[in-house]
Amino acid sequence: MKALKISKNILLKNHLLSVNDLAVPEINVLLNRANYYANANRQKGKIEKILKGKTIINLFFETSTRTKTSFELAAKRLGADVISINASASAIKKGETLVDTAMTLNAMHADILIVRHPDSGAVKLLSKKVNCAIVNAGDGTHEHPTQALLDVLTIQRNKRKIKELNVAICGDILHSRVARSNILLLSKLGARIKIIAPPTLIPPGIESLGVEVFYEMEKGLVDCDIVMMLRLQTERMKGMFVPSTREYFKFFGLDKSKLKKAKKDALIMHPGPMNRGIEIDSSLADNLDRSLIHQQVEIGVAVRMACLEMLTIGIDK
Amino acid sequence: MKEAFRNAIILDPEKNKHYIGDIIIEKNRILDIGPNVYKNEKPKNYINTTDCKGLYVCPGLIDMRVSLGEPGEEHKENIKSGSKAALAGGVTTIVCLPNTNPVIDNVSVAEYVQNRAKEESKINLYTYGSITKNFDGQNLSEMGLLTKAGVKGFTDATQSVDNSAVFKRALEYSKAFDALIIQFPEDRNLAKHGVMNEGEISTRLGLPGIPTLAEVMVIERDLRLVELTGAKYHVSCISTADAVDAIRKAKQKGLKITCDTSPQYFTLNELAIDDYKTFAKLSPPLRSVKDRVAIANGLKDGTIDAIQSDHCPQDEDNKRVPFAHAEEGIIGLETLLPLSLELFHNKTLSLIDVIKKLTKNPASILNLNHGTLKKGAKADILIFDPNKPFVIDVKKFRSTSKNSPFNKKPSQGKVIKTICNGEVSYAA
Repeated sequence: MKALKISKNILLKNHLLSVNDLAVPEINVLLNRANYYANANRQKGKIEKILKGKTIINLFFETSTRTKTSFELAAKRLGADVISINASASAIKKGETLVDTAMTLNAMHADILIVRHPDSGAVKLLSKKVNCAIVNAGDGTHEHPTQALLDVLTIQRNKRKIKELNVAICGDILHSRVARSNILLLSKLGARIKIIAPPTLIPPGIESLGVEVFYEMEKGLVDCDIVMMLRLQTERMKGMFVPSTREYFKFFGLDKSKLKKAKKDALIMHPGPMNRGIEIDSSLADNLDRSLIHQQVEIGVAVRMACLEMLTIGIDK
Repeated sequence: MKEAFRNAIILDPEKNKHYIGDIIIEKNRILDIGPNVYKNEKPKNYINTTDCKGLYVCPGLIDMRVSLGEPGEEHKENIKSGSKAALAGGVTTIVCLPNTNPVIDNVSVAEYVQNRAKEESKINLYTYGSITKNFDGQNLSEMGLLTKAGVKGFTDATQSVDNSAVFKRALEYSKAFDALIIQFPEDRNLAKHGVMNEGEISTRLGLPGIPTLAEVMVIERDLRLVELTGAKYHVSCISTADAVDAIRKAKQKGLKITCDTSPQYFTLNELAIDDYKTFAKLSPPLRSVKDRVAIANGLKDGTIDAIQSDHCPQDEDNKRVPFAHAEEGIIGLETLLPLSLELFHNKTLSLIDVIKKLTKNPASILNLNHGTLKKGAKADILIFDPNKPFVIDVKKFRSTSKNSPFNKKPSQGKVIKTICNGEVSYAA
């Protein structure tokens, strides 16, 4: 199949920084394209190298295994030259500012910079200083748009729709960029969202994003089609938010008895990395009938291929 | 030799009225002021006679919360550049925070700043001393000696004294010297790690928030201590509706306290942060629309006594970083007048009331001999046109730093002339 045709104008974007930048028709075009790649990825060797000659730099200021690999693989499958920079080994440690690092890479004429950074808004700041395309691969506790896109496509492939599904997002919402991007994207597409977490892990004013808030898992999970678990992000916590992981698992960890409150065909998701025994019971995580966790990873590559393609169209214009 | 300014609309904050009249200056004093006091006896007695028809005249403004960066951060601003900025903004008296490096917590630093001011500028420059040594929140500064050395009050600048026992002792001790204690109200633990107002916007931006509660809780505690000790107490930089309420109630109860705010808190709200604009990162943070309106109402009903600029210069390196790492603050000396005049233009306050909050009120809070047009007073005079439209342009600012979220903002009200100690120190 050839590169995107019909949707060229719709998908003209300079950057992918936030779910807010995408309108519903654009999201649908992107998801369709990603779905095509998801199928194509299973039959290796048939993908057109539309990014041949393009240079893509993975710039990760935070450790990452799956996102970095996923982006790298996505770029390589489309024929791009990819360099991954681990910030811990780079000039950052020598005191160079974020903007200077970006300017340096910019001067090397990269086509796309894929950036992950521990500070909210840092990727946006970069996008103002460089003239290549930027993909937000997670900025602080702000957004992680490609994760939300891959989550939505995973749900869509399993449930055949998004609209009117009941989606529960459980756990450390306060520190989660995945939660924020998912809330924005899922509500754009018409899902009903429930947030389940202890009050200390719920960001203030979250109701204004159109979600329902629960402190009790058994109540929140009632009637849910999708149960999205989040990792307790202890590395981002400044101070104590929950007394112990033991207590946390007891009340907010997903186990079989709590899952029974959801719909019979409810599916489990987790953006990874998982903390078994803290937010999710091991046997549930490994239950292939209920868990979409591995599918999420697989779809992730396809979604990122579609995103990179979208941005390349922007560059070529 | 005398100098005359004729036919101006004189705003006299003490008499609480305006009238058309003349001002005669001799040396650095106001020789005479009033309708028709200019007598045409011998024009040669006058070096200069200026017709000010249509222009307004008021006392030179007093800015009671300024950081000048000297000593310690001269690359952001120094006394020379800061004074120039002040005079260009119509400000003839500035009172500097002790957040210098080293901190103004002893007589030698206080005197150093005063001496530098005399070397560098004609402006009336005063300083505060810190409440606790090096802002440690524990050990009181030498309030007696500092008062003798001329500091105008005590404050830990950009942090509150959290320890209730220490603050109680500071209030008690200050009474021996009739000194003013100025609190910056923000509960350190509640505000810790926060970088903007807590609420929907902070949640959307994924930034840790500072709850409005952090402000009012400190004020409410302080009010108890003030009631107990009877000390002179002032709250600086009010930014929330709850704080305005708490102070309003305390004043109704008869407590003799005062407070101030800055133009940013009645002209902007948290939406100014937009896509992580670090120029809108302030301390206290910009609040919600509701808070902004409450601040304006607090100014209107007299709960808030004074307006200061909270001039806080920051260089680009401290602002061109991810939001959480950016330094707080904006420069305000050169926008103090036009932004305050918004209260007049949108009919929140009368012109004379705006001017009072910038002259007479801070003078009486700090016990300064400025902010008056009395006969015999020092000739610190501002001539301005409150209606003149212009666009704020930071490139034209005298401040070394340019961190202002008001750049390119269409505004109204321009300084025409600033007379400081009898000399024209700025003319548009």
